[in-house]
Amino acid sequence: MVGRDAFVRICVVGCGAVGSLFAANLAQLDGVEVWAHDLAREHVDAINAHGLRLSGAGDVLGMVRATSEPDELPQCDFGIVATKAMHTSAAAEATAHAFTGGCVASVQNGIGNEEAIAQHVERVIRGTTFPAGRMLAPGHVQWDVKGDTTFGPFEPKPAPQEEVERLADACTRAGMPAAAVPDARGPQWRKVIFNAATNPLGALTRLTHGRVCERPDLRALVTGLVDEGKAVAAAQHIELDDDPERLIDHAARKDVAYDHKASMLQDVEARRPTEVDYLNGGIVRFGREHGVPTPLNQSVWALVRGLEASWTR
Amino acid sequence: MIERVCVVGAGVIGSLFAGHLGRIAEVSVLCRRDEHARALNEHGLRVSGKAEFVSAVSAATSAAELEAPQLVVVATKAGGLEDAAASLRDHWPDAAVMTVLNGLGAEEVVRRHGEWPLISAVTFISGTKHADTHVEYILDTETWLGPYAGAPLELAEGVGELIARSGLKVEVLPDLRPAQWSKLIFNATVNGVAALTGLPHDFHFAQEGEPADLGRLVHGLIDEGKAVARVVGVELHDDPWEMNVLATGRGSAHFPSMLEDVEAGRPTEAALINGALVREARNHGVETPLHAAIYALVRGRESAYS
Repeated sequence: MVGRDAFVRICVVGCGAVGSLFAANLAQLDGVEVWAHDLAREHVDAINAHGLRLSGAGDVLGMVRATSEPDELPQCDFGIVATKAMHTSAAAEATAHAFTGGCVASVQNGIGNEEAIAQHVERVIRGTTFPAGRMLAPGHVQWDVKGDTTFGPFEPKPAPQEEVERLADACTRAGMPAAAVPDARGPQWRKVIFNAATNPLGALTRLTHGRVCERPDLRALVTGLVDEGKAVAAAQHIELDDDPERLIDHAARKDVAYDHKASMLQDVEARRPTEVDYLNGGIVRFGREHGVPTPLNQSVWALVRGLEASWTR
Repeated sequence: MIERVCVVGAGVIGSLFAGHLGRIAEVSVLCRRDEHARALNEHGLRVSGKAEFVSAVSAATSAAELEAPQLVVVATKAGGLEDAAASLRDHWPDAAVMTVLNGLGAEEVVRRHGEWPLISAVTFISGTKHADTHVEYILDTETWLGPYAGAPLELAEGVGELIARSGLKVEVLPDLRPAQWSKLIFNATVNGVAALTGLPHDFHFAQEGEPADLGRLVHGLIDEGKAVARVVGVELHDDPWEMNVLATGRGSAHFPSMLEDVEAGRPTEAALINGALVREARNHGVETPLHAAIYALVRGRESAYS
């Protein structure tokens, strides 16, 4: 546990719902200074004026220094990138100067975020997180679901394992349980397969997760999508830490996430660009690289892209 | 010579047929709502767009109130077919019945209610209904028809000649199945994708450059459909992919009925179109994973109507 008591400065890049869960909780720790970079000016002003507030699964008020100006960021030991996947590259480029001596982790959805971060930063941490929330108002986030996070070094540009452990340890002590593992691809692919097999179906049908899963024909399509994802993971010698099917069935329970509208459905209802390129698109891309056919993921990808295109018709 | 025609179902297609045929024959309309029948009796049927005229028609909500026709044109939506066919039971034994519906199997539904000689038809015309008595004629494309289950070809030719004289484009085929299957594959693909994406049938459907381009999915769906037709033993009248490319190159994008249904929160014809294709495939031991996916998604979308 190198430097457990030493002063640590962490910057959350993209302080939306998930970023706020990390920022507000980490700000509870002694010896940890938390910064947040976010483009939403109102949110930044509210955080600086009143702190960053979480309600729901935990009631937390975090004293976080927020800014929309990358130049205002000091040198940080860790970055936690939590933007939507399509903004990773721009966010990493804008803030990279704050991490020349530090390590940067992704806690985003989809595949390819670490690759994008590594274009701008030397030491990168692969991450996957399950907690979820939503913005209630500037400076105030609803914490819907608690959950675990897994960190591991990003293989092409790895952060040292002891740094990965230091970040995981800080998150755990802050109430965001995190594990440091040598290979974080298994948990990441399990979540990506889960999201890619369920989110677009919710987005295309407008059904909640539970209602997608209780229709046998749609549930069969979910399994078809999962099987393609598993084959792509297997071709890369990635060992999933658990069967995504189990996660899907668990989430469909009435007492878990039956009524949950997938984030992609929320995006579609608000006519915002979705993360489909990094979910189904990521599975298709890695499938092509490893010679694994993914016709269902490609079809679902095309349908969601078509849906996005229809907003400008 | 056919002089009296009854059109059953006065949606867009039924209204376009009734209006055109009303110019050269005595046309009655069998509809579901009393006020619809009253309005037609009072004002006639106005056609605008590709053609401009008003036809006098007589209308009623039961067959018993109408004079016996020589030809019945059934142009309901799939969901209304069973009731419409049942309402013809025991009426007009000397008439021929022509079905103009999407999908497969309409003839068999009608057959269960009477022994009329049957004519199969598929149509590519389309338009928009502005009122019970006003339909806009937008796409003046062809209608294909042919005898069904042993009906004489001359009967179909007589009907084709009547329709051509009314101003609609028509082609008579000795066996309609090749045309029906071309349209089935085309509709199952285009209507399903349009309903799910919210896109009208525009250039996206023919775009195949990038992996996520919609044309790749469209092409995949059409290839699955062609494989089913091959196994069923039908040689297609037109290549559905060429139909797709031609239609998307036309300039003005068409809004398929399934897209309009979904946007209005109405039941779609997916069971008769996408469902028919998936069922035929299964009956012949052919896998159609992409069509099964589209069908499941459209049905899921319908189940989400509040």
